[in-house]
Amino acid sequence: MKKYILILLLAIFPATSFASSGVHLDTAPIDIYDKDSIKRGAKSFADYCFSCHSAKFMRFNRIAKDTGMSEEEVREMMIFTRNKKGKATKIGDLMTVSMTEDYARSTFGTAVPDLSLTARARGADWLYTYLRTFYADAYRPTGMNNIAFPDVGMPHVLGQLQGIQKPVYVTEDHNGVAVERIEGFETVQAGSMTTEEYDAFVADLVNFMVYLAEPVQTERRDMGVYVLIFLAIFFVFAYLLKKEYWKDVH
Amino acid sequence: MGNKLLGWVDDRFPLMKMWNEHLAEYYTPKNFNFWYFFGSLALLVLVIQIVSGIFLTMHYKPDGELAFASVEYIMRDVPYGWLIRYIHSTGATAFFIVVYLHMFRGLMYGSYKKPRELIWLFGMFIYLALMAEAFMGYLLPWGQMSYWGAQVIISLFSAIPVIGDDLTLWIRGDFVISDATLNRFFALHVIALPFVIVFLVVAHILALHEVGSNNPDGVEIKKNKDSNGIPLDGIPFHPYYTVKDIVGVVVFLFFFSVVMFYFPDGGGYFLEHANFIASDPLKTPEHIAPVWYFTPFYAILRAVPDKLMGVGAMGAAIVVLFFLPWIDRCKVKSIRYRSGIYKINLVVFAVTFVVLGWLAMQPVTDTITNLSRLFTFLYFAFFGVLFVTSKNENTKPVPDRVTS
Repeated sequence: MKKYILILLLAIFPATSFASSGVHLDTAPIDIYDKDSIKRGAKSFADYCFSCHSAKFMRFNRIAKDTGMSEEEVREMMIFTRNKKGKATKIGDLMTVSMTEDYARSTFGTAVPDLSLTARARGADWLYTYLRTFYADAYRPTGMNNIAFPDVGMPHVLGQLQGIQKPVYVTEDHNGVAVERIEGFETVQAGSMTTEEYDAFVADLVNFMVYLAEPVQTERRDMGVYVLIFLAIFFVFAYLLKKEYWKDVH
Repeated sequence: MGNKLLGWVDDRFPLMKMWNEHLAEYYTPKNFNFWYFFGSLALLVLVIQIVSGIFLTMHYKPDGELAFASVEYIMRDVPYGWLIRYIHSTGATAFFIVVYLHMFRGLMYGSYKKPRELIWLFGMFIYLALMAEAFMGYLLPWGQMSYWGAQVIISLFSAIPVIGDDLTLWIRGDFVISDATLNRFFALHVIALPFVIVFLVVAHILALHEVGSNNPDGVEIKKNKDSNGIPLDGIPFHPYYTVKDIVGVVVFLFFFSVVMFYFPDGGGYFLEHANFIASDPLKTPEHIAPVWYFTPFYAILRAVPDKLMGVGAMGAAIVVLFFLPWIDRCKVKSIRYRSGIYKINLVVFAVTFVVLGWLAMQPVTDTITNLSRLFTFLYFAFFGVLFVTSKNENTKPVPDRVTS
C-alpha cells in the first residue's frame, strides 16, 4: 500500500533533478528504510569522514534513537573526542570535530565542509558518484582528482579500500580539435575491497548521509499515510454533508 | 443559557448582525463551479501560514550567525518542528498556486468588472504584499539561495536612476546582504506585511460583500429578487457554501499533504538544493533562480538586455494587471458569452505565463533568451489585444438568470 502510493507520487512528480555541470551521475542504490545499511554507513562515517568533517546539526543520541542502537553502542562507534571543558563528549552533544578551520585551510587549502546537509544540497547520486570516481592525477597536490568534483581538495580517504584507479582516455574530434575525454577507469593498485564490495560500502555510507540530512524522513513518510487516509475518509463525510444540504437547491 | 449570553453580547457588539451580513444572509449565486473554491482556500492558507509562522518564530533566530543553524534545530530538535516548517514552506507554494488560480478565475468570468473594480484592486495589492512577504520570508533560512536570491532582487533597485544606489543601501541597511538585512526582513515578514495582508483581505471581503459575488455566468443576481428582497438565484453563504467549501478544503489538504509528507522540497523547486548550504558572501552559486512563483516575472526581466528597461518591463508586467478593469472594455463579463478572440487571447495568456515561468528556470542560452523575448511580447500583447478588441466585441446574448 505504502509502496503503491509512493510509486504513484513518483510518477506525478518528476525525479529530483540537480543543477550540475553535466557530469553523468550513477544512481545510488539506497533504501532509507534499511536500518542495517544506515548503521553500517554510520560506522564508516565515524571511521573515515568524521575526523575532518563535522555533522554539527546532528546529535549522537538521535542516531541511537533512529537506528535502534543503544546509546552505549553509538558512543563506542562514534565518539572519540572531548568537549570544550575537556570532559568526554556527551551522547546528547552535536557532532562536531576538533579540526579547526585554520588547520583545514593550511592543510587542504579550503575549509572542510560540514556534512549534515550535503545529501540534500548535492543529492545522493552525486555523493555516490563522487566517492567512487577519484582517480590518479599527478598534477594535483593530493595526487588525486575527481570526476564529480573536479580539482577537489579532499584526498582520496577511501583509497585503501577502493585502490587507486587511473583514467582511460578516448580522443574525440570536436570541430577539428582533438579533445581527450575520460571514458572509464583502470585499476593501477588494488584496494582491500573488490569493486562490488566497495560500491556496497559507498552505498551504505551515502544511505547514512541521506538519513543524516533529514533524520525525520521515514517518520514523515509514515505519518503521511495516516494523514492521507484520514483525509480520504473525511472527504466522504464532507461530500455527503454537502449533498444533503444542497438537495433543496435548484 | 447560550441564548442569554448571545443576547448579552448582541446588546453590546453587532455579533449576530455581522454573522448574518457575511454568512447566514449573504446571498451567493447558486451556480459557483470548481473555480470558486480558491477564494476560501486562499483564506485558509493565510491562516495556516500565520499559525505555523507563529510557532516557527518561537524557535527561529534572526541572526546572521545563528539563523541557518536555528532552522536545522527546528528540523531536528524541536518536537514536530519539521512538520511546522514543512507546513510553512509548503504553504508558501500553496498560497501562490491558489492565488494564481483565484486570479485566473477573475479573468475568466470578468470578476474585476464594474461594480467590482475595487475588489480587484484590493486583490492586486494583496498579491503585491504577498510577493514581498514571500521574498522576505525566503531570506530567513539564510541559505545560499536565500542570500544570493535577495542579493539579485535587491540590486534591481540600483537600476533606478539617481537614487538607485542609495535606495538599495537603505533597503539592505548595509553594503551587502547582511545581519542587518536579515533582521529587518524578519521584522517585516512576521509583523508588518502580515498586518498589511490581513487588513487588505478584510477590505477585499468587505468590498465583495458590499456588491455581491459574481458567478460563472456573469449575471447580477441582485437584478432578480423575490418579494422579500432575496435574490432568486441566491442562496445563503452559510450553510450552503460553508459545507461546499469544506469539501474543497479536504481535497486541497489532501494535495497539500502529499507535497508536505512526500515532496517537501518539491524536487528543488519549493526548497532549492543550494539553500541547504549556509549562506556564504564569498561563493556565488552556479545558477541563481528565484522560487517558482516569481519566475514568470524573472523571465521578463532577463528577456530585456538593458537593466533599467528590464526592471521597468518586470514592474510593468505586474502594474498592468492593476488596470485590467479599464483595459477590458467589454460589457459582458463571463467567458461563456464572450468572443472567440477573447477565449484564444486568454488561453494564450495562461500558456504564456506558465512558459515564462519555465524559461526563467533554464540556464541562459540564445534560444532561451529569444524565447523569453517572444513570450514577454505575448504577455503584454494580451493586454493590447484585449484593449483593442473588447470595445466592440462580438458577444453572445447573456441570459437573464444564472444557468443551473
